Amino acid sequence: MSASPATAPEKTQAQPRGRVSKSPTRLAFERFMYNKAAVVSVIVLLVIIFISIGAPLFTHLDPTHQYLTETDAPPGGVHVLGTDKNGFDLFSRDLYGGRNDLLIGFVDTLIVMGIGILLGGLAGYYGGWVDSVIMRFCDFMLNFPFLLLIIVLTSIFNSSGVWLLIGVIAIVFWPPTTRMVRGLFLNLREAEFVLAAKMAGAGPWRIMFRHMLPNIMGTIVVNATFTMANLIAAEAALAVIGFGVQPPNPSWGNVLYDALDYFTLKGEPWVWLPPAGLLTITILCINFIGDGLRDAFDPSFEK
Amino acid sequence: MGEVLLEVKDLKTYYPIRSGILQRVTGYVRAVDGVSFTIEDGETLGLVGESGSGKSTTGRSILRLTQPTGGEVWFQGKNLLRLDEREMRPMRRHLQIIFQDPYASLDPRMTVGQILEEPLLVHGVEDRAERRRRVQELLEVVGLGAYHMHRYAHEFSGGQRQRIGIARALALHPKLIVADEPVSALDVSIQSQVLNLMQDLQEQFQLTYLFIAHDLSVVRHISTRIGVMYLGRLVELGPSESVYDEPLHPYTQALLSAVPVPDPEAKRERIVLKGDVPSASNPPSGCAFHPRCPHAMDVCKTVRPEWKQVAPGRFVACHLHA
Repeated sequence: MSASPATAPEKTQAQPRGRVSKSPTRLAFERFMYNKAAVVSVIVLLVIIFISIGAPLFTHLDPTHQYLTETDAPPGGVHVLGTDKNGFDLFSRDLYGGRNDLLIGFVDTLIVMGIGILLGGLAGYYGGWVDSVIMRFCDFMLNFPFLLLIIVLTSIFNSSGVWLLIGVIAIVFWPPTTRMVRGLFLNLREAEFVLAAKMAGAGPWRIMFRHMLPNIMGTIVVNATFTMANLIAAEAALAVIGFGVQPPNPSWGNVLYDALDYFTLKGEPWVWLPPAGLLTITILCINFIGDGLRDAFDPSFEK
Repeated sequence: MGEVLLEVKDLKTYYPIRSGILQRVTGYVRAVDGVSFTIEDGETLGLVGESGSGKSTTGRSILRLTQPTGGEVWFQGKNLLRLDEREMRPMRRHLQIIFQDPYASLDPRMTVGQILEEPLLVHGVEDRAERRRRVQELLEVVGLGAYHMHRYAHEFSGGQRQRIGIARALALHPKLIVADEPVSALDVSIQSQVLNLMQDLQEQFQLTYLFIAHDLSVVRHISTRIGVMYLGRLVELGPSESVYDEPLHPYTQALLSAVPVPDPEAKRERIVLKGDVPSASNPPSGCAFHPRCPHAMDVCKTVRPEWKQVAPGRFVACHLHA
């Protein structure tokens, strides 16, 4: 009796305050963790990122060196997966190649989303002539034949650098994202909590980035993952026609490009199977993650 | 009371109707079509009307949340409609709004503390501790515990959310609050609590309300004066009691006859209006109410009745009272 009063009031006080408030982001994360395919995909993708970045841990060979006395070697010995017809070591190219694919995927996604959020946000928030100018420019870019544009741009700038490729891909991919983001902002423009912020005296930037953006971030993140998968596929497609990352700089796409002849495809699956497999798995994983995120951010999804 | 806080003169808000591939303007929806009234310091002006009568648009046009097409809104010697967005921002300090839907009006990504802090932050209350203290104070003023500040809007009930909305409106010590159907989304049992809270706060902070509602019994409970809107125009305005006891406009009479009386024995005559509210894009000629009016005369079909004072403080737009 005499010992308890010291602790008892504290306990009753702690009851209402102790409950942990979960932010919507936190709730989405918890839902994401329930999606097995997505969680496995994250792990697989992390493994792929690890072997690409940590490539020197797995091979000591230089992926840009041509072993001219050992062209077209079958797997085994020093060259784990053999060499191609130019004497490049395939195993090291498969590992190092991921660096370029993932770099293009991540950086271009960031650029495309950055442009999309800025221009789409301005167009959706302000409407009127700002919207018209940005959207007509988007339409113009959207209707440009994308392959032709990339080929022309890479030819004009005549550079084999991966950053040029990143820039060119970004130029092609920003319009659809901008259009989507604009739609999201437009939807929220008349939302009451946005009007309330306006009444509180908040300026356009605060409303756009503190109120509107966090509320559409879920959709944007989902869209970003799908965009990333598309970007990596786009690089591979470009590489296969010879306009991707330029050799000797390796990418999964240009390893495939070098394998594109009848004899290699028929008789030497070790040349094209690993890069094709890595590309497929990477794109698949990113798509699964996107699916998981979409379910996680969808408020109608209840576990 | 008695001093004019806000004066609305011939306020018009039209929305263009666009059609065809060229999106040419083919007509206008006259959501608010020439409304004039004043709001006196410390009073509650109730604004009633059916949905589509333009009462919410009137409230939002005054606050410039929708851009009015014409007219004047005078507040503190300035015509609010002539100010640009930048000049309008400091004025918003004195003019606030409580929204109808407590679920849509609170940012779902922010904690209650952040929501209430925002107006203070934007209007230059630099000190963090000071803002925090004010947020706690605001929560307590509306009857919520200060410990709620770290919670998100989705963790509250409708009534609690509306209290948060009221706290946000109070944050900057406004003079006028436009309450846009603040209780119509709430349970009946919660409605009176929120109304009482609003009345208490009015006394405590000397607030003036423009109270928009479609429920006449709610408006009667809270209003000093009442304005009745029909198709974007005011048809009647006057002190609450006299409008209720002796409605002048046939539309007001019909509305009041529809209010349930809590007495099963009471005999009363209901005036049932024929037809629907006409479209605001193509309002009837003359008096907009004439197709449904039980007392319609020939003049009603052609001449728009003038908005005039028929008794001290009582305004009506009807040929019966010309």
